[in-house]
Amino acid sequence: MLALAVMSIIIAAKAYTPEYAFHAYLFAAASVATVFAIFNRYFSRPAEPIPQEIDGKPNYNLGPIKFATAIAMFWGIAGFTVGLIAALQLAYPVLNFDFAYTNFGRLRPLHTSAVIFAFGGNVLLATSFYVVQRTCHARLAGEIAPWFVVLGYNFFILIAGTGYLLGITQGKEYAEPEWYADLWLTVVWVVYLLVFLTTLWKRKEPHIYVANWFYLAFIVTIAMLHLGNNATVPVSIFSPKSYIVWSGVQDAMVQWWYGHNAVGFFLTAGFLAIMYYFVPKQADRPVYSYRLSIVHFWALIFTYIWAGPHHLHYTALPDWAQTLGMVFSVVLWMPSWGGMINGLMTLQGAWDKLRTDPVLRMMVVSVAFYGMSTFEGPLMSIKSVNSLSHYTDWTIGHVHSGALGWVGYISFGAIYCLVPWLWNRSRLYSLKLVNWHFWISTLGIVLYISAMWVSGILQGLMWRAYTSLGFLEFSFIETTEAMHPFYVIRAIGGGLFVLGALIMAYNIWMTIRSTELATSPAARPQMVPAE
Amino acid sequence: MSVWAKHQVFEKNSIILLVGILIVVAIGGLVEIAPLYYLKSTIEKVDGVRPYTPLELAGRNIYVREGCYNCHSQMIRPLRDEVERYGAYSLAAESMYDHPFQWGSKRTGPDLARVGGKYSDEWQRAHLVNPRAVVPTSIMPGYPFLAKTTLNATHIQEDMRVQKLLGTPYTDEMIAKAGTDIVAQATPDDAGAADLAKRYPKSIARDFDGNAGAITEMDALIAYLQMLGTLVDFKTYDRKANVR
Repeated sequence: MLALAVMSIIIAAKAYTPEYAFHAYLFAAASVATVFAIFNRYFSRPAEPIPQEIDGKPNYNLGPIKFATAIAMFWGIAGFTVGLIAALQLAYPVLNFDFAYTNFGRLRPLHTSAVIFAFGGNVLLATSFYVVQRTCHARLAGEIAPWFVVLGYNFFILIAGTGYLLGITQGKEYAEPEWYADLWLTVVWVVYLLVFLTTLWKRKEPHIYVANWFYLAFIVTIAMLHLGNNATVPVSIFSPKSYIVWSGVQDAMVQWWYGHNAVGFFLTAGFLAIMYYFVPKQADRPVYSYRLSIVHFWALIFTYIWAGPHHLHYTALPDWAQTLGMVFSVVLWMPSWGGMINGLMTLQGAWDKLRTDPVLRMMVVSVAFYGMSTFEGPLMSIKSVNSLSHYTDWTIGHVHSGALGWVGYISFGAIYCLVPWLWNRSRLYSLKLVNWHFWISTLGIVLYISAMWVSGILQGLMWRAYTSLGFLEFSFIETTEAMHPFYVIRAIGGGLFVLGALIMAYNIWMTIRSTELATSPAARPQMVPAE
Repeated sequence: MSVWAKHQVFEKNSIILLVGILIVVAIGGLVEIAPLYYLKSTIEKVDGVRPYTPLELAGRNIYVREGCYNCHSQMIRPLRDEVERYGAYSLAAESMYDHPFQWGSKRTGPDLARVGGKYSDEWQRAHLVNPRAVVPTSIMPGYPFLAKTTLNATHIQEDMRVQKLLGTPYTDEMIAKAGTDIVAQATPDDAGAADLAKRYPKSIARDFDGNAGAITEMDALIAYLQMLGTLVDFKTYDRKANVR
């Protein structure tokens, strides 16, 4: 760490650009702070090592989880808000202010990374560390390592996010951070995998619970994709700029192999793991089918990887690759719905709880959105449909029905569950506010995705419209003008979603501040293996 | 023992589970990516595609930096309306020296694969500074700061060296002359223009930003935009020979 600090200062001094020097100073400051924190921890260590068990019960490590949960909420609101600003810029371009740091081209990656990697990533860190401890009946492996993972990951977010605004980008969608941020993430990710695996090794249960299969698949596959898609050669150690090893058509294929599976493994496998723990837990019912979970797990992770080329239909990518991508994307419908069925049917015998428990309702609606987007996805990956939908807002609408509906709601549900458990409170501050959050956000999502369906299909049809004399009917700018009302509706939908998240943040804050302690955290029902 | 019970091997041993996952997720990528490197038909045989001039490369880096790919594609699909709207459909060969590729995924604005030569430098300049000055209902952000920022190309030779390492056919001469080539391309009637044209056929040398005093980021970006899609001569390109 000290070496990293010294190296960062040297790099800062010789950096080619002031933006890069700023990042090098951030690295130096973080390294020094880490050294300080480790020494501090060492000198104020308790006489006894932290016990693994207290009174025969595992002494769960909740500190890093609390941090990741709280910061997920923060990044979530930040990311949604940037999304709202970007949406407004498309409706009212004056909001770009024609200023480098505020233009749409730099804000859009900030929005996507903030919601996917900052919000989603921290939810995954928090829930995976919680679920792996609970289902293994073992304390998280290591004491410093889990803190290194959550703090290191959020430092990566800080570097990536400020980098976008400063114009430091690789120019690859969802993989914009430059080489040094990527290297740092690689280190953090290896430690994450080790903490997760070592905790699995400490387990008191003979079986690894199904949620952990999904977490493991998510961690391992993201590592593979990250390394493959970010293979770059830096211009110099003193330059933030690097060039991707792949070029042209191969780079396109590698990018969407990565890009589609960032959806498949970050936003799907990881969040299915959340579903497999929190839905049964909140519904107080075992997972519907053990066999279905086996089949859909292996089928899902095998099939997802093939689906990337559907982002490249009718491009210069060879046809055989496009066809493979299309076929596997359609096949993917089945394992996806396997997961949906397993999630929804877990409510067998507990459907009445949907009326009384808005948290469970949120998670169930989330699984329903998952089913809807994973039907829409295969549909859009059929080449003839894609020739209309590609390059239009239909794609944006599709992504958001998955992102807001599925990923957003399952995350909100998990956080609503986690906060009282982590802070040892008897209940949430207000279920009524959860209800408000649910209905306001749902209205927002519906406005958002229907506006994008209409605008996407409308623009796709306008682009290919011909007059009776055989000329193209509309100029490009005419199709842009036609989008305006839908961009306004979309921004309203996004605004409602932000409003819902603010209500949630207030509710979470008041829950943590309340003094009503849970009587006995151990009184909660134990997990039963899904057999 | 039922077949389901056999799955316990994965459930009871994290390393076997991990290796199983790795094998299962590796297959799809290998089958789809690896052949693109050995199948000769992946990239068409075309005359005219050359590496970017140093000024164009600097302009491309600005294009990447500002995130233009978020709204503009550079990939014309072989569909009737696209070919009529934008020009001949894009070939894989046309982006073979693109690190990274910039095909894009969304057309909030029009495709730019063949925007080169479509508009004058003056139009591009006015449009980049304030898009609504030329297209009143445009929703594109303005980039007035590009015209005011001097191009920082001090390290462009290092960029070219890295690209050469990655397979872009930059010669030692191209790299050595990068500095003078930038000046030659952004200055009208520069003595180095002939050499530049020899090294980079079809390169255009002129004062792109209309500001003779300085070489700005606007110069570089417009130089890049004006060459997009102009390298391949489709009158002589044999489509039949490249049917895949």
